[in-house]
Amino acid sequence: MHIETLLAQMGNHRDAATGSVSMPVYHTTTFAHPGVGHSTGYDYSRSKNPTRFALEEEFAILEQASFGYAFSSGMAAVAAVMSLFGYGDHIIASQDLYGGTYRLFETVTKKAGIHVSYVDTGDIAQVKDSLSSTTRALFVETPSNPTMRITDLYAMAAIAKKHGLVLIVDNTFMTPFLQKPLCCGADVVIHSATKYLGGHNDVLSGLVAVANAELAEKIGFYQNAVGSVLGPQDAWLLMRGMKTLALRMERHEQNAKAIVSWLEAQPDITRIYYPGRVEHPSHDVHKKQATGFGGMISFEVKDPRMVNSLLSHVQVMTYAESLGSVETLITHPVSQTHADIPRAIRESYGVTDGLLRLSVGIEHSDDLLRDLEQAFTFARSQK
Amino acid sequence: MKFETRSLHGEGMIDSVTGASSTPIYQASTFHQADFDHPPEYDYARSGNPTRHALEALIASMEGVSHGFAFASGIAAMTSVLLTLKAGDHVIACEDLYGGTFRALTRIFSRLQIATTFVDAGDADAVKQAIKPNTRMLLLETPSNPTLKIIDLRQMADIAQQAKLITVVDNTFMSPYLQRPHELGIDIVVHSGTKFLGGHSDVLAGLVTVNDEQLAHDVYQMQNGFGAVLSPYDSWLLMRGMKTLAVRMKQSQETAHCLALYLQGHDKVQKVYYPGLPDHPMRDVHFRQAAGAGAVLSFVLEDKDAVKKFVSHLSIPLYAVSLGAVESIVSYPARMSHAAMPPAERYKRGITDGLLRLSVGLEDADDLLSDLQNALDTV
Repeated sequence: MHIETLLAQMGNHRDAATGSVSMPVYHTTTFAHPGVGHSTGYDYSRSKNPTRFALEEEFAILEQASFGYAFSSGMAAVAAVMSLFGYGDHIIASQDLYGGTYRLFETVTKKAGIHVSYVDTGDIAQVKDSLSSTTRALFVETPSNPTMRITDLYAMAAIAKKHGLVLIVDNTFMTPFLQKPLCCGADVVIHSATKYLGGHNDVLSGLVAVANAELAEKIGFYQNAVGSVLGPQDAWLLMRGMKTLALRMERHEQNAKAIVSWLEAQPDITRIYYPGRVEHPSHDVHKKQATGFGGMISFEVKDPRMVNSLLSHVQVMTYAESLGSVETLITHPVSQTHADIPRAIRESYGVTDGLLRLSVGIEHSDDLLRDLEQAFTFARSQK
Repeated sequence: MKFETRSLHGEGMIDSVTGASSTPIYQASTFHQADFDHPPEYDYARSGNPTRHALEALIASMEGVSHGFAFASGIAAMTSVLLTLKAGDHVIACEDLYGGTFRALTRIFSRLQIATTFVDAGDADAVKQAIKPNTRMLLLETPSNPTLKIIDLRQMADIAQQAKLITVVDNTFMSPYLQRPHELGIDIVVHSGTKFLGGHSDVLAGLVTVNDEQLAHDVYQMQNGFGAVLSPYDSWLLMRGMKTLAVRMKQSQETAHCLALYLQGHDKVQKVYYPGLPDHPMRDVHFRQAAGAGAVLSFVLEDKDAVKKFVSHLSIPLYAVSLGAVESIVSYPARMSHAAMPPAERYKRGITDGLLRLSVGLEDADDLLSDLQNALDTV
């Protein structure tokens, strides 16, 4: 079945009792047992809740995985996957990692005695050079946040296979509509479903998809034992959002391309990061592993003093953290998502003071272009 | 302000725009930042959400401290507290621990090189002897689950203070209405908000309270960094439940007391565990630190077959996992809450194959009594 059909029908055909088309929200913590030694399959909502289970099962199909798990946030999903590793293990991660993941690695993971090396995973040689006898996993984001570096998933899968590593891909930027990392040989896919999957900036959530039963069992154990689960109302909201994922992603990308063309014509912009540009150094690698380019754009203004006036003068766009929603958001990575990353490290991969990131929404593109136009006009007059 | 009043007004959240009496559900993941130079209070909902904050203020007010934190489940709250430890640290825990906490300690934290020694915390010397140079935390539950043993919290706080340990108490069974461990010198209080605080068997939640800036910082770092936060809708549902905590606890406790006395006099019942009974060995200690005996009791039938018959003839209580709700729930710890614990460990703690736990709800006491009576007649 096509992914559009799977998405539109999420949660359907599941309620045998009433035939309800929308999956009911099971706001229950516990389930009555028919008798001693009998269970309906549901005992306690932390272990399994019908609404959350509908989401988990159908999300797994979207990623072409066998197992899906839903968590209370994207970070809780990352933490669950990190539970696969223990004291003395080594992990190689993309250097321009989401700031929250970096913070988790540097606090929780480090305290547990797990060592993480940050390398440019777009450079296969760098990844190979970082391998050691204790390396257990590759943790990759592609495209990366915010400078849209591309990592070759097929190449990473080959390295992982050769050295017996777990290949973990954060697929938040692309979603399974545009990229299915498990089909490229990855073992685990993570989402901050708060972003495109939910799509409405109204629900925090994380998802994990796993192909292999052994890894799945460990993550399932952790989900129940640590209990960072997604609530039923939020599981329902997330499925509701995912029903329109295909339509939204198409419009996000269409609008993003229009904005990229506009940015290319501006004299005071020094860099544009978007994998859909032919000039993007890994445009071809990305095309091999994804069916589209998504709705995220970063660009650098020549004079960082313009940042403040641009952010305070956008009217249609919202100056806020997060991404992947129906409304366009503009973010300043240095002061927001990447505030915890030391300057020298972030500048080494392009996160400079003049960098702005756009999560392009599904508004009419003319309104977005007009908004940028007026904000730039103001910012230029202030210099 | 009295507890009952604080329970209703501790949120401190009257919506300044509309004056709404109920805290709005801010189903927002991110927040507009109007001023570039002055970051707003809320920027991203994992870091802070107004609805969750209202709940966090409410639990802090109920426990009488400065900081509260809300998590996706009780065990997410507990593990977030444990995550403030580092590899090589050592934990001492009371042996009658909730099965889920036991599982987290023995199967997750042990892998992170955080070892736990389980001791009978009713025995102060046993606790002292278990302290090692790398011991950082003392983890307690009182009354314990499911055999309602009592631990002297003030005594434990003194031992911990001398050895510079952080004390953590799981206060789920009592709720702050009956017991406020911070007032006895405890550093961190953890709740499964799923139970008495929520009270309606409809929301999973965990809460943590602390009264110290450094501890608050450490717990917040885990809440935000690790992200096991409670959603705004569930935060609101939990606050809605907490508004009736005092009246629910009072009523359920009254019924529990009457059922405990009835069961104790029944010849099919071998033993009843309830701190409100005059012959409970630690009754005096319990009433020094708590205002009531609570609404959970356990009792022992002859064996598994008796349990099976009894349970199948009950018509009012749910036969299910969990506790602390408006409806009465009968659980079978050997198969449910303590199924993760090896049988030898389980028997050592008195969790036999004949043990049942009853969480008393708000049904009429006479209806519950005659239901128990009917079911016991079949054994």
